[in-house]
Amino acid sequence: MAWTGLSIGLDALSYGMVLFIISIGLSIMMGLMRVVNLAHGAFAMIGGYLASFALKNAGYPLAIVLAVLGTIAIAFPLEFLLYRRIYRKSDELTQILLTIGIAFVIIGVANYILGPTTKSIPLPPLLSGPVDLGFRMIPAHRIFVTICGVCTAGLLWLLIDRTEFGIRLRAAVDNGDMAESLGIKTQILFSATFALAVGLAAFGGVVGAELLPVEPFYALRYMVTFLVVVSVGGAGSIPGAVAASILLGLADTTGKYLAPEYGEFFFYLAVILVVFLFPNGLLGRRH
Amino acid sequence: MTDRAMVDGVSPPRFSVPLELRAVAITLALGVLGYTLFPDDLAFLTRLISITLLVLSLDLVTGYCGVATLGHAAIYGVSAYVVGNACLAGHSDPLLLLLVGAVAGAVMGLVSGVLVTRFKGLPQLVLSIAVGQLVAALANKLSSLTGGSDGLSGISPGRVFGVYAFDMYGRTGYVFSVAVLMVVFVVLLRIVHSPFGLLCQAIKDDSLRARMIGARVYPRLVLMYGVSGVVGGIGGALNAINTGVVGLDSIGFERSAEALVMLVLGGAGSLWGALIGSIVFQVFEHYVSAANPFHWMTMVGALLIAVVLFAPKGLVSLGGLLAGRTASVMRRRP
Repeated sequence: MAWTGLSIGLDALSYGMVLFIISIGLSIMMGLMRVVNLAHGAFAMIGGYLASFALKNAGYPLAIVLAVLGTIAIAFPLEFLLYRRIYRKSDELTQILLTIGIAFVIIGVANYILGPTTKSIPLPPLLSGPVDLGFRMIPAHRIFVTICGVCTAGLLWLLIDRTEFGIRLRAAVDNGDMAESLGIKTQILFSATFALAVGLAAFGGVVGAELLPVEPFYALRYMVTFLVVVSVGGAGSIPGAVAASILLGLADTTGKYLAPEYGEFFFYLAVILVVFLFPNGLLGRRH
Repeated sequence: MTDRAMVDGVSPPRFSVPLELRAVAITLALGVLGYTLFPDDLAFLTRLISITLLVLSLDLVTGYCGVATLGHAAIYGVSAYVVGNACLAGHSDPLLLLLVGAVAGAVMGLVSGVLVTRFKGLPQLVLSIAVGQLVAALANKLSSLTGGSDGLSGISPGRVFGVYAFDMYGRTGYVFSVAVLMVVFVVLLRIVHSPFGLLCQAIKDDSLRARMIGARVYPRLVLMYGVSGVVGGIGGALNAINTGVVGLDSIGFERSAEALVMLVLGGAGSLWGALIGSIVFQVFEHYVSAANPFHWMTMVGALLIAVVLFAPKGLVSLGGLLAGRTASVMRRRP
């Protein structure tokens, strides 16, 4: 029984870390630009596709870098043409419709160009084997994902808490107009944050491809999950996103281990309970 | 009566006396038009009407109350399953089944409303999605009641008024559906122009101000969700009665998202918008998606972006320019 618990815990942790890496970009965007970006999953999907493409000619680390940069390059025109219109001002309905429209277009185009099949992202030999933990064999990839998640959280914390960029970002989150009048170019800040968010989504899409397989409907299938993580964690909060990812990863994994026939029932039950008890997220702030 | 006049004084022009008559005439005309255009495909039209009721139901909460929801198909699907089960249990009178669907929808609507309208913004959106997904997961699990992924089949309703049997060409089903749509539409017109409906719009425009003038916001929104549930439930019932099959697709996220797309295309906050949006979208879909479902997805996406950028108030606002002009001319007459 204890071993089962530990197994569930380890799986939940790695799944939660994937959720965290992808969702944190969305969370930062929502905290700063107040944009409910339903196309965030589509950007993670683009990252996965680009990586599977790049892996035919390049090594795994290089493929990750190429996928992240490529996704940012693809997403940037969208930021320039569409997202800029909805930063901080539109009502949710407009944002939902615009971003779900973008997600639909990306799904349709991906399906047209790449076909409906799942694209494999082969792991390097170092990560594809199992690792013996004494009581259980665990895929090395899970450990790698967990380390990626911890590093992402740490680096983001450094970026936001310790750098000039982070100070400006927090200023703009707290009071955009005041930050603007103090000479912070919020438009540039928004664009940089958008690129960061999209890059994180692509990174998560690549390293998490073993757990969330890359196929055209990825964008919709997991979008809801990412949105839920942000809402449960509280928009813009890194510790909140970590807590929410692990909590929801645990709810989902436990449900699937103990009552697989219920599908995502327990996951959404947990979501309803948490959102009802903490409408601003576990560690979110009141706007 | 004075209330109505005062409200009319400040809001955009609103048709007064012949509104319901006009709605009856237009739905009848649309019904006849549909029958002449697609005489061999009445099944498509009855499906269209059933979805139209879902879109109208969504309009009540999204358009008139400002609640952003992506889980509205839960109401539609639950009602369809309840009606299917009632019919399989031997209660086959179509009118009784409609009533069953309406009650099931109302219950589901009230439950959703209690959960979803409690908060605004992101928590609201996420709660609406979570409720929808929870119900969809349950529908998949409880396969003894829903047939799981195979769907619930073998629903064969009895004769309407004990006289008109549902034939294989779907003529009875079509006339029945048009009649239901007409009645629902007229009743909804009364409701959205009633003090209760106007209060809901006031809450949508500025919920703080509505609270300041003494409106109890949360109970009103939950009540409107219940009304919306009745309408969505009737839509789900029509789906079960006409097709004889209820599948998981009638309860899923895609159905909710699609209904929202139709509503916004036509124009949220107007019953005419919901009607126009769902008709235009589905007729378009009927032709295009048959050719290639994935081009269809790209086109819907592009259409959504275009609507948000160029016609944020929907198709009805384009037509509304004309209608507004005639209405103001008519109002000037003594």
